Amino acid sequence: MSIDIAALAARVRDGTVRARDLAEEALARAEAARSLNALVTLDADGARGAADAIDAAPARAGALAGIPLVHKDLFSTRGLRTTASSRMLADYVPPFDATVVERLAAAGAVTIGKASLDEFAMGSSNETADTGPVRNPWDPTCVPGGSSGGSAALVAAGVVPVATGTDTGGSVRQPAAFCGITGLKPTYGRVSRFGMIAFASSLDQAGVLARSAADCAHALAAIAGHDPRDPTSHPCPVDDYVAALGDGVAGRRIGVVREWFGDGVDPAVAAQVRVALERLEAAGAKLIDVALPTLDHAIPAYYVIAPAEASSNLARYDGVRYGHRAADPADLADLYTRTRAEGFGAEVKRRILLGTFVLSSGYYDAYYRQAQRVRRLIADDFARAFADVDLLAGPTAPTVAFRIGEKTSDPLAMYAADVNTVAVNLAGLPAISVPAGFVDGLPVGLQLAAPAFAEGRLLAAAAALEQRSDWHRARPEGFR
Amino acid sequence: MSAWQAVIGLELHVQLATRRKLFSGAATAYGAEPNAQVGLVDAALPGTLPVPNAEAVRMAVRFGLAVGGRVARRSEFARKNYFYPDLPKGYQISQYEHPIVAGGEVRARLDDGRDVRVALVRAHLEEDAGKSLHDAFHGATAIDLNRAGTPLIEVVTTPCLHSAAEAAAAMRAIHRLVTWLGICDGNLQEGSFRCDANVSVRPGPDAPLGTRCEIKNLNSFRFVEKAVEYEIERQIRELEAGRPIRQETRLYDETRHQTRALRGKEEAHDYRYFPDPDLPPLVLAEAEIDAIAAALPELPDARRDRYQRELGLSDYDADLVTADRSTSEYFEATLAALGGPEPKRAKTVANWIAGELAAALNAAQRPIAESPVGPEALAGLIREIEAGRISQKVGKDVFAAIWAGEGDAATIIAARGLSVIRDDAALAAQVDAILAANPKPVAQYRAGDTRVLGWFVGQVMRATRGQADPATLDRLLRERLG
Repeated sequence: MSIDIAALAARVRDGTVRARDLAEEALARAEAARSLNALVTLDADGARGAADAIDAAPARAGALAGIPLVHKDLFSTRGLRTTASSRMLADYVPPFDATVVERLAAAGAVTIGKASLDEFAMGSSNETADTGPVRNPWDPTCVPGGSSGGSAALVAAGVVPVATGTDTGGSVRQPAAFCGITGLKPTYGRVSRFGMIAFASSLDQAGVLARSAADCAHALAAIAGHDPRDPTSHPCPVDDYVAALGDGVAGRRIGVVREWFGDGVDPAVAAQVRVALERLEAAGAKLIDVALPTLDHAIPAYYVIAPAEASSNLARYDGVRYGHRAADPADLADLYTRTRAEGFGAEVKRRILLGTFVLSSGYYDAYYRQAQRVRRLIADDFARAFADVDLLAGPTAPTVAFRIGEKTSDPLAMYAADVNTVAVNLAGLPAISVPAGFVDGLPVGLQLAAPAFAEGRLLAAAAALEQRSDWHRARPEGFR
Repeated sequence: MSAWQAVIGLELHVQLATRRKLFSGAATAYGAEPNAQVGLVDAALPGTLPVPNAEAVRMAVRFGLAVGGRVARRSEFARKNYFYPDLPKGYQISQYEHPIVAGGEVRARLDDGRDVRVALVRAHLEEDAGKSLHDAFHGATAIDLNRAGTPLIEVVTTPCLHSAAEAAAAMRAIHRLVTWLGICDGNLQEGSFRCDANVSVRPGPDAPLGTRCEIKNLNSFRFVEKAVEYEIERQIRELEAGRPIRQETRLYDETRHQTRALRGKEEAHDYRYFPDPDLPPLVLAEAEIDAIAAALPELPDARRDRYQRELGLSDYDADLVTADRSTSEYFEATLAALGGPEPKRAKTVANWIAGELAAALNAAQRPIAESPVGPEALAGLIREIEAGRISQKVGKDVFAAIWAGEGDAATIIAARGLSVIRDDAALAAQVDAILAANPKPVAQYRAGDTRVLGWFVGQVMRATRGQADPATLDRLLRERLG
């Protein structure tokens, strides 16, 4: 597909392309891509119904008329099972749509299914999903990244042009990098969290994954903006992201973050990212070395705050009102204990335990409060850096996609996969991962971060890189 | 034996009289079908988010201003984490390190007229839990989430109270204030106003504080008094027997008038409070607080003092007509209908409110706001008595007739022919008849026993069904007996 989703939607609206045909094509591709194990639920009937409704009155359809997409299975979809890739919610059917789902549907996008994720978005490899690991289209023995691994794999495999994701510590950007696509995490508060199953409320942000900056811009335009149902959603006006695509990077000062090229980063990945940065330099950007020393503390702070919030957010899964319930409980304690022991996977339990511990009386100051202090210092560090530069850059992930099973027995090694992404969440800033070439045949992502609400600047830089490279046009073997 | 001093602090759970819940937009009416008032947020469906109710926030600010507390320009919601089936999220949204109101004070009056200053630690916003119904189904506990998410303020007093009577008086004073402010319906039976009491005793006012016990869920003034009284005695008994007090949570048994242990300190929850990441800090603009302050009504203590100062009401009467907002408004409206606040009339009106009106309302189980004898009607009746058209005694019958819906005082007096007999000739005939029929007391009077005069007054009053003008009657009797 060489045209962007807005242009395709325009053809749907003028009747030259039928939404139903786009839906059928996506369903067929989904079928062909089953080996990726990336879809939790395929909603063929729902997709056909939605497409037919658009075809019945195409001229009235919105900016994304007929565009097929998948939602990460963390977004509530009315009447359509929403599992968070957890046994806990294997049969849960929400009675309402998430704001993101509602807005994309209102724009005319057609949901063909729900994408797999790390259970409750906790993971960096999509291996903790209760439906099993998702495979990377570039190499089926490798992970697609996580937690929005299903979304990334389905976009990379060409099943859909665009997918939603969520990013708490890198869960949109890292899988986008591993799968060779573009993934945008907006500013905290830019997109409503209403209906998005919470992992860590102060860090969670909905984002989009697509094969181009333009498609990300169109999708973001549909979902961004204030929502009275989310008190952390921000009321400031939404920029014209599509217009921003043409802004380029001429004169932009890009800070190359020393800490993002640290010890844990594969030198081949680092070198490839520098190649991409040179392309931006050729497009008129100025590269400046910057240091943000507090970023070294981002991982520990993140792995205190995120589990703390998760331990509380996941307390509602108690077997009383919905979701999994242990059979024949002897008493209340037994109901809770077995429901949660059976319903949650190992990584979720690990984080609940960790989070419960750091909030406990006697440990709160040493861990949670201290982590919040670090978080403020990191935000200050970013603010200082952005006084001098327009964008910050580095590799999205320290490595290319690793093998399925390679890190499952070593949680700390797995957590290190987020080393370059979590700081941005702690500061609430927007960031994007853009295709930046390949190492050993696997995609590399360039991460760009911007000041709050400067999503347009990120998209402009991503579009500028696309003009000077063809990495984003590469397709995995078997999914062309 | 040493003189034990009891030390008591209260925590009051005041349900705010908002139409909607604190975070969900669902209705809050009491008594609906179980689980009929449950929003997505109240049921804690995944992905739902709390949206604060501005009305509840304004009510908390009203309270803070009324008690002279510090209203925080920036307060913070926190999560109190614990598992219970009627707590759907697995945490309660409350306030912890940064409550909306800090400090403040309420004046409580004891039965003996003594005032106690009740210093407050804080008042914070929080949501109520649902209800577990243990008896509704055999072998199962049912959950009703109608109450889940109902806004509360929890008012915490300092441990400044030293007797059961003081504890009950403090609870009453805060109850009066929150109903006066219109932020709580004050209904104790329905649980709109609940009290936990922390009680300890020590060998004297200078001794360090003793180990405290918390008595949970007291829902009447009497129970608070009884429970605290029992608990003080129990702790003294234990200590005097050489047994230390265990820090524990206790429940009050209403039928036995005893407290019993519910759980000890070691079973206490670690609530793992932390700032709620779903809710930004609650920021109040100066102008918003000023507007709420400007709209505050005259508060009960100020009004009571004013009545004593300006209207010369006694302690007792002033208390009585400021017992609650609607009584006070009734009093004010009656005075206004009579042409304004004037000391003598104020006393008369207070007497009517405390006497006939209170008795009738009590017998009919009606609130004063729904009295069939409204302030205008009572003022009309008082005018008739003041003008001498009827006696005080006949006035009571007229009151009953107004209550029964027979019209206003003037109409009833005319219709029933109740006007005072002031006519000398008419009254003289009655007097002469009574004197003629009772030669013995007449002789007694003439022999110097003037006490029988009152007896003759009574006889004539009876004969005239109370319509005799007392002054005229007195003159006629003295003339004839003298």
